[in-house]
Amino acid sequence: MTSTLAAPDVAATGVEGAPGHSRWHRLWPILAALTLAVVFAIAILSYDNPAPLGSAGYWIIVQSRLTALATIVFVAASQALATVLFHTATNNRILTPSILGFDALYVLTQTALVFVFGTAASSLEGIPKILAQSALMVLFATALYGWLFSGKRQNLHLLLLVGVVLGIGFGSVSTLMQRLLTPSEFDVLSARLFGSIGKGNPEYLPFAAGIVGAILLFVWLRRRTYDVVALGRDVAIGLGVNYQREVRTILILVAVLVSVAVTMVGPMTFFGFLVATLTYQFARGDSHAETIPLAITIGLATLLGATFVLKHVFAAAGLVTVIIEFAGGVLFLVVLLRKGMR
Amino acid sequence: MLQTTIEPPRQKRRWRALATAILVVCGLLVASLAIGVYDITADDFGAELVWITRVPRTLALVLAGAAIATSGLVMQMLTQNRFVDATTSGTTEWAALGLLLSALLLPDLGLVGKMVVASCFAFAGAMLFMLILSRVVIRSTLVVPLIGIMLGAVVSAATTFLAAQFSLLQMLGTWFMGSFTQVVRGRYEVLWVVAVVTILVFVLADRITVAGLGKDVATSIGVNYQTILVSGTALVAVAAGVTVVVVGFLPLLGLVVPNIVSMVRGDNVRANLPWVALGGIALVTLCDIIGRLIIRPFEVPVSMVLGLVGAVVFIALLFRQQRA
Repeated sequence: MTSTLAAPDVAATGVEGAPGHSRWHRLWPILAALTLAVVFAIAILSYDNPAPLGSAGYWIIVQSRLTALATIVFVAASQALATVLFHTATNNRILTPSILGFDALYVLTQTALVFVFGTAASSLEGIPKILAQSALMVLFATALYGWLFSGKRQNLHLLLLVGVVLGIGFGSVSTLMQRLLTPSEFDVLSARLFGSIGKGNPEYLPFAAGIVGAILLFVWLRRRTYDVVALGRDVAIGLGVNYQREVRTILILVAVLVSVAVTMVGPMTFFGFLVATLTYQFARGDSHAETIPLAITIGLATLLGATFVLKHVFAAAGLVTVIIEFAGGVLFLVVLLRKGMR
Repeated sequence: MLQTTIEPPRQKRRWRALATAILVVCGLLVASLAIGVYDITADDFGAELVWITRVPRTLALVLAGAAIATSGLVMQMLTQNRFVDATTSGTTEWAALGLLLSALLLPDLGLVGKMVVASCFAFAGAMLFMLILSRVVIRSTLVVPLIGIMLGAVVSAATTFLAAQFSLLQMLGTWFMGSFTQVVRGRYEVLWVVAVVTILVFVLADRITVAGLGKDVATSIGVNYQTILVSGTALVAVAAGVTVVVVGFLPLLGLVVPNIVSMVRGDNVRANLPWVALGGIALVTLCDIIGRLIIRPFEVPVSMVLGLVGAVVFIALLFRQQRA
């Protein structure tokens, strides 16, 4: 009885091209979030524009706002994608890359680079520099977190606590090194470390677009494999997936995505968690074909909405990340408490 | 008979170990007095300088180190959890919020008034933490500090938000950066309050130990559990509030020291207390000396060195406990 009841559900969530009815059920949250995101995007571009509508000045202002908009879009997309992927690799939904100190790790590698190479670190402009930095970060992250998530150390709470404390430690080391830098070196570092939503650096946009786009495509092509990975180590291996390799790939992708997001606006610990939790709330099933687009659209709607509302309703544009931290932190506590009580 | 013949030498050895530890700490304190950019033996002003900055600074290290370490032990007893202290329960973040609010709403309040407000907030925060804990049915060892850290993160987001609204962000950074740089004559004296806290912890040690056995056990041997819980939390809150106002955050100090002491010496709280106090003084002094030496003639705030050392030790403790 129960199995016949459950059967259509499994078909609808696990397999693509399910009956039209359930497909619509899967699509509407994505469409709703996307609509919201577009509305907020248009609002950010056009609201409070002093020049008359349609004039040359109007379009100049819109164009200058496009940079900030694109920054928000890439940050939201990469944080959302990174968190969902991280949940897949770690097989649970409380961890997020940032809570485990990924952001702090990025800040640390940046600081270490400037610390070791001095102002010379800035003279290597362009693609080689970005590649070298990302490589360092990716290497470190995969070694560290690959080790943490490998084999026997599968105690979730231990991992979480270690990650959190590692984050604190990374923060301390970074600040320590920053104190030891000469003022000119510090300038080089802070120019690259602390972006903000308000001013996004247009220089980064093409790179961000390329990286996020490429990863998104890659992940989309492998979405069914990741559905299997999400079932956990034993099941995945039983189903013939090279689990170790897939998890390592995911961790590398996450490291790259996080470094994109942090480079553009700085660390945001709970944003990914907020977005992913909302995603699982609205998603009908667990397949990546559904969660990835939903997470990205919800991420866009949240960040664009928060930016617009804070900028124009509360005149507090600089606080977007702080507010999201607050909301996300409260949500995290609630989820943690409920899991702890179960 | 056998007891009496064995007891004296063991007792003696214990006192000898404690005396050695005290000597080591004294050595560190002398080093702390001697280290600095200005050569105190150079001229007449040197002697005066010792009393203006070196002695107050060293005294502040002693007071703060002992108080934070022992109040960490109190926290661990009261929550029955090894991984809790003012840092991992969000208590310091509440104190910081209180300090910021008092600076915003009551700018004319003196240092003492600010400390009262900060301590009250720390107390409210610590009690809230305990309340949340009492609601959580499955208290896994590791969930407890996690809840505390996240609570702290949420509170500090609120603090950051307020500070940003009133453009106090930069000030916030300097305020809470645990550092003894600013400690000079006339600015540290209020820290003697935490000496009282440390003494009270010594006095209440046995009752706190009993409370640590849980409500039922404590009540059955005639200890008022609720009173001890509240007064213990109040002591921790005062220690956190006062140190945050005078020197800033001292991360993980209250966590690392009691754990190392009980690893070496076992779990006798009363006998461990002097060791915890000494360990706190030694660790904070050592970190301060390191911070003063690595970029002479400038200095690195002690909180950074402590954060690094504390994180490494904490993780080592976690893995050790997990293996056991």
